[in-house]
Amino acid sequence: MTAPTSRPLSPHLSIWKWGPHMLVSILHRVTGSGLTVAGLALLTWWLLSIASGAPAFDQFVAVATHPVGIAVLVGLTWAFWQHSFSGLRHLFLDTGAGYELKTNRFFSVMTIVAALFATAATWFVLMGVNR
Amino acid sequence: MSADKSATPLGKVRGLGPAGNVGGHWIEERFMSVAIFLLSLWLIFSLMMLPALDRDTLVEWLRAPAAAVPMALFVIAAFKHALDGMKVVVDDYVHTEGNLVATHFVLKMLAIAGAALSLFALAKIAFGAA
Repeated sequence: MTAPTSRPLSPHLSIWKWGPHMLVSILHRVTGSGLTVAGLALLTWWLLSIASGAPAFDQFVAVATHPVGIAVLVGLTWAFWQHSFSGLRHLFLDTGAGYELKTNRFFSVMTIVAALFATAATWFVLMGVNR
Repeated sequence: MSADKSATPLGKVRGLGPAGNVGGHWIEERFMSVAIFLLSLWLIFSLMMLPALDRDTLVEWLRAPAAAVPMALFVIAAFKHALDGMKVVVDDYVHTEGNLVATHFVLKMLAIAGAALSLFALAKIAFGAA
């Protein structure tokens, strides 16, 4: 099955430019991996800290409300919404619909717009609850 | 490789695996993705609706079955969906069959360990953490 090395290689692999569908595709992987590593670690720590008692929970809150902690939480919120809207797009594509160039481009862009809007809305409500 | 031209129709399909349920794993992945999406929405809106996010409020909330049960389902679905996704990701970067099997093993163990730890913590809260 090894391909003959003397045959010319297709030049197409180096002639391309970024499109929204490519960006959304790689964002789906990046956000999914980020949610897996950072999101699940935080979820486990959060539940364990609640179960372990007040000192452990205070430690969690100290890290979560630190500027770096808040940046991570905002990042995870955005990652969740981006991955969710992108995931809904994939479920839609799985039915065989939405592959027309303009439709595909439109929904790719919409996942990015909707994720940014939903992240802002989520934190708007959360800040109102806790401050 | 050599059983192509002279083989009977039966000989051609032998060893290719069962034909009955080949889409099952694919469907299961979609099912888990819908499940984790709905459960995530539940978690986010629940956290938004709680009057505060201090420990006493969270303990009281998670002691009620109406929160403890969906939270348990959330933990299970989150780790299962994460495992499904990470497997698909490593499939593209690990090309040696043996390494791929080993990587899948490690991912599965991490997912099971994380889910067990989270479920233990949740049970401790739900059944009466001090």
